Amino acid sequence: MKVAVCVNHVPDTETKIKVGPDALTIDRTGVNFMLSPYDEIAVEEGLRIRDKWKGDVVVLSLGGDSHKETLRKALAMGADRAVLLKDDTVRDSFAVAAALAEELKRLAPDLILFGKQSIDYDDAQVGTLVAEMLGLPSVAVVVKMEIQDGTVTCEREIEGGHEVVETRLPAVFLAQKGLNEPRYPSLKGIMAAKSKPIEEKPAAAAEIRVQTIALRKPPAKNPGRIIGTDKAAVPELIRLLHEEAKII
Amino acid sequence: MKLLAFAEQRDQKIKKSSLETVRAARGLADQLGGECVALVVGSGIEGAAKELGNYGAARVIAVDQPDLARHSNMAFAKVITAIAVAEGAEIVLLAASQMGKDLAPRIAVKLGAGLAADCVSLTAQNGELIATRPVYAGKALVDVTIKTPTKIFTLRPNVFTATMFPGSAVVEKRTLPLEAGDFGAVVKDVKVSSGRPDVTEADIIVSGGRGLKGPENFRLIEELADVLGAAVGASRAVVDAGWRPHDEQVGQTGKTVSPTLYVACGISGAVQHLAGMSSSRYIVAVNKDKDAPIFQLADYGIVGDVLEILPELTGQLKKALGK
Repeated sequence: MKVAVCVNHVPDTETKIKVGPDALTIDRTGVNFMLSPYDEIAVEEGLRIRDKWKGDVVVLSLGGDSHKETLRKALAMGADRAVLLKDDTVRDSFAVAAALAEELKRLAPDLILFGKQSIDYDDAQVGTLVAEMLGLPSVAVVVKMEIQDGTVTCEREIEGGHEVVETRLPAVFLAQKGLNEPRYPSLKGIMAAKSKPIEEKPAAAAEIRVQTIALRKPPAKNPGRIIGTDKAAVPELIRLLHEEAKII
Repeated sequence: MKLLAFAEQRDQKIKKSSLETVRAARGLADQLGGECVALVVGSGIEGAAKELGNYGAARVIAVDQPDLARHSNMAFAKVITAIAVAEGAEIVLLAASQMGKDLAPRIAVKLGAGLAADCVSLTAQNGELIATRPVYAGKALVDVTIKTPTKIFTLRPNVFTATMFPGSAVVEKRTLPLEAGDFGAVVKDVKVSSGRPDVTEADIIVSGGRGLKGPENFRLIEELADVLGAAVGASRAVVDAGWRPHDEQVGQTGKTVSPTLYVACGISGAVQHLAGMSSSRYIVAVNKDKDAPIFQLADYGIVGDVLEILPELTGQLKKALGK
């Protein structure tokens, strides 16, 4: 089983976002970047599939040199090799997907994994765009997957429940929290990752379809208000919800 | 100009987020001098389709055929694309529901269109459409424009309002021949979870954190949620501790929510959590620690022990609401 996992390098979740001087991107000063959490789940799933069915796991990322750090983390977890599609420009999801699809066409994996969304732009479209570009089936927001005889049965999260979805391979899967518990890289894994190959090549050019014209902070909320310090405040809360907020 | 709004139905009932989408499409159509056409896809859906006339659709197209009874993202995307092409739609709108998020990228590739996902505002300025969407789980917003002639937008549920629109629409039934190869991944079964609303769709969310001290005390959250007809949410800490299922998690690695009312119980308000719920219209916080960051966002904060305040609140609300 040839498995490919696409990963992104994103500001860690503790980051307090500041708008950069270009008013289009964030201020990266002092920001720690990491393997996007859903992508980490995708890597873990890829490793488990490889270990069960034999084969190899290649991780791909599109971006600048800093993305090597995230690729190294995936290699330390156990991935066999990595491909960095080098690009220092700002791309929209479509342009990212187009370049990934180009490389994946060449790699022709049996199974392609993504995180359900990258936690920077929260677009949740790259994985499904790639699937459509490659003419492959896809299952998004996957919390369970089982492979048997080239057929994959998944559970995917929808509003208020789960869908049981079946597809043939090759196909694309977008991992959601709950699919597995990603491993921590072992010391041995971290050492081994140093000698695993990261192939670097320029990302294929692609048009930008969605143009960002401004990045800004959301409007500030009113300062908080404490209405009481024990259960005696409950009637006042109910009154406010009824009369002021008009919710109940 | 034509705007095509895809309306999602489950069990022959149009979802609220799709009513919001159709209504938003009508608002935009009126602004741009265009026509709002709604599209429903499935089997046995003619009755459901009719309802869309009350939310602003000038016409409703129903692609109604037995092989579309079960959802398949590839087949649905093919059908929606075919209708968009036949209608010459320049703008296609979908709800940013799980189904909408699954379909929109495929339609974008087929139509050669740009896609702005999960928009919270859509306005026409000097003939250009500007979409606003949250990024970094709501820690920031971006304003974007789409450069392709055909434009696709998905709209975040619970942000646009589904007010009724005086009018009615004739339902035009269509069919489209599909082959086995058009289906790809197919839904075999749907498992319904709690019966309570989902956090992404609920008007009210009652959410619990570590302040509840143990999973058994989430009963207090559920009781309050049931009195309010609310969804149950949870902080990352309690999901990671295994107290609650991950589909209830609100925050950066969970769901980003925009309910009318968010009740945070025993949640101190880590930056990841605040990002996921700060766009709620009203926020109530109950927490023992008066310095907890959640109080900076709370419209109504009570400093105190959730285990004591929750039963009191539930009891008094029951009386007030006659339940």
